[in-house]
Amino acid sequence: MDVKFESWKEIIKDENIAFKKTKVLTDNILSYCPGCGHGVVHRLVAETIEEMEIQDQTIGIAPVGCAVLAYDFFDLDMQQAAHGRAPALATAIKRLYPEKFVFTYQGDGDLAAIGGNETIHACNRGENITIIFINNGIYGMTGGQMAPTTLEGMVTSTSPYGRDPKLMGYPLRITELIAMLPGTYYVTRQAVYKPAYVRKAKKAIRKAFENQKLNKGVSFVEIVSNCNSGWKMTPVEANKWLEENMLKTFPLGDIKVDGELVKEL
Amino acid sequence: MAKVKGAIVIDIEKCKGCGLCVEVCPQKVIALGDKVNAKGYFYADVVNENCTACENCVMICPDTVITLYRAKVEV
Amino acid sequence: MSEIRLMMGNEAIAEAAIRAGCDGYFGYPITPQSEVLEYLMAEKPYERTGMVVLQAESELAAVNMLYGGGAAGKRVMTTSSSPGISLMQEAISYMAGAEIPCLIANVVRGGPGLGTIQPSQSDYFQATKGGGHGDYCLFVLAPSSVQEMADFVKLGFEMAFKYRNPVMILSDGVIGQVMEKVELIDPIPRRTQEEIIKECPWATTGKTPDRERNIITSLDLDPIRQEKHVMNLKEKFEKMKEDVMWENIQTDDAEYLIVAYGSSARISQKTIDLARNEGIKVGLFRPITLYPFPEKELERLSKQVKGILSVEMSLGQLIEDVRLAVHDRVPVEHYGRVGGSVHTPFQVLEALKEKIVNKY
Repeated sequence: MDVKFESWKEIIKDENIAFKKTKVLTDNILSYCPGCGHGVVHRLVAETIEEMEIQDQTIGIAPVGCAVLAYDFFDLDMQQAAHGRAPALATAIKRLYPEKFVFTYQGDGDLAAIGGNETIHACNRGENITIIFINNGIYGMTGGQMAPTTLEGMVTSTSPYGRDPKLMGYPLRITELIAMLPGTYYVTRQAVYKPAYVRKAKKAIRKAFENQKLNKGVSFVEIVSNCNSGWKMTPVEANKWLEENMLKTFPLGDIKVDGELVKEL
Repeated sequence: MAKVKGAIVIDIEKCKGCGLCVEVCPQKVIALGDKVNAKGYFYADVVNENCTACENCVMICPDTVITLYRAKVEV
Repeated sequence: MSEIRLMMGNEAIAEAAIRAGCDGYFGYPITPQSEVLEYLMAEKPYERTGMVVLQAESELAAVNMLYGGGAAGKRVMTTSSSPGISLMQEAISYMAGAEIPCLIANVVRGGPGLGTIQPSQSDYFQATKGGGHGDYCLFVLAPSSVQEMADFVKLGFEMAFKYRNPVMILSDGVIGQVMEKVELIDPIPRRTQEEIIKECPWATTGKTPDRERNIITSLDLDPIRQEKHVMNLKEKFEKMKEDVMWENIQTDDAEYLIVAYGSSARISQKTIDLARNEGIKVGLFRPITLYPFPEKELERLSKQVKGILSVEMSLGQLIEDVRLAVHDRVPVEHYGRVGGSVHTPFQVLEALKEKIVNKY
């Protein structure tokens, strides 16, 4: 490996490694588009599992959507669920293996559209699972269709003239909805479009997994993320658009902590 | 007087040239190059040695292609 | 020492699940089988064997809980009835594709649509010809007594794990609701974690350092690989034929034959007695596994009789498999009341005479 700068030769040594890829991520190249937030969230979940040393006790559930191939990227035992049904799979696994760590990893179409009922009822039963929910306001895998979280006026392939609430309903804030259910213990909305937010999201995901030891109910982490190909923007533009538009409808921050609402809904 | 210095190694074959690291590097160490990898992406490359190991690039990289090194160096 | 009780079919299947080492039951109310979930909730098997019982928010959720539990190596089951089983078809196809063992009982009621809550057998095609999408088969058992409702739970789990495939118990409102004497087996303990890992090395029990990760999926974006996978499934469905089951009743001297399963077989047994009293030598051939269908045995019998009546509470679904097995060697006709109406032994006898005996 040729090191470009003389001064770096001293630094680039194994004992000086400050950050490297976690072993809980496989070597497979991610199937996500360049700059997609999925990749960052995959890393945060994988790092959390490595740091908590629970790789041999964690079972993940992949959705249908861009993250359908998540089992190629997490070096974990994983199951791929029918569209929207991940919370039901997770419910059964956690009840049958109470000492294991179980998480679902889902997109907005999977969790808030077809899987809305499974999401609500798993949360209402207070299952001791962790739900990682990527909200990029669009169906990415199938080519950019309108999702429940598509913003008012937002153009997608199935709202070509912008989402008109009178015809297509309003952006669904499912996270606020489930925060009101007594079965949820920790509910938060994070983002990964800036390093500072990535660090906060990592803490939230760590908390969501640690909570599983408490048997106090669902830990639900929504991550507002970009969809460069769906939004038809470069990654840098998409993150800027996200900040100026998505976060208005989907404000960041904790919504429920240790079973108590910390925000006016 | 010892000073903290950083250095990065980019796995250029896995980089997708998304440019997010370029945006967040306070020292402008990284820039998208003009060469493409096997997948046809203009991968990111280091253009100066002023890395301070602040970790921004490794935080934001969606494909975890950057390895970061940090050391105390006599200046 | 096994135990003898007077039980309803739906309760017998619940008690049998607890005794068969079932790890989890995930159900949803629907007439005529809600008693299964009610019995399990009242029985609190969690305290007896540690078995999990959960009422899901829909049949969709319940059957996907099966997916999660079965893919993790556990013995899991659900019961429902026709409309609910229709909701489960997608997940059943997924489980066939991902090779997940589980047990599903359909206590059939009159259809189509919301239909009626009375008994019927009009889900035969759905059960045996693949009710969901794609090429797959279920191992299908058809109980015709409360005893078999109980026995087929243990047998069903054995077949499910032997073939790593969903197994369906195709019952109906009669068998589910009727009360009969049933002999219950001594409880089998649930498997330990070590036993599960040994029996199901493919299951998602947590990736330990000594092995690669286990992935349970039915997805493959490479058609060549998927073709190979589907051909492997085909081999499995062929292999299932070694576990075919049927019963012959008074067929040795039969000149005519009734083919019927489940409650229609019980009703037809009475018809046989009535017919023989009138000098009509008719026997009953009762398929017990509907897939694999006992075609060889039926073909053998068809060489001995002059005509066959397929009796099923439907517009005629079983009859297609009967005709396939008989190859037009003898006439095969259908009789069956539909929509939840149940035929009587006398009505079956009239049909036998009118459609078969008086003509051939």
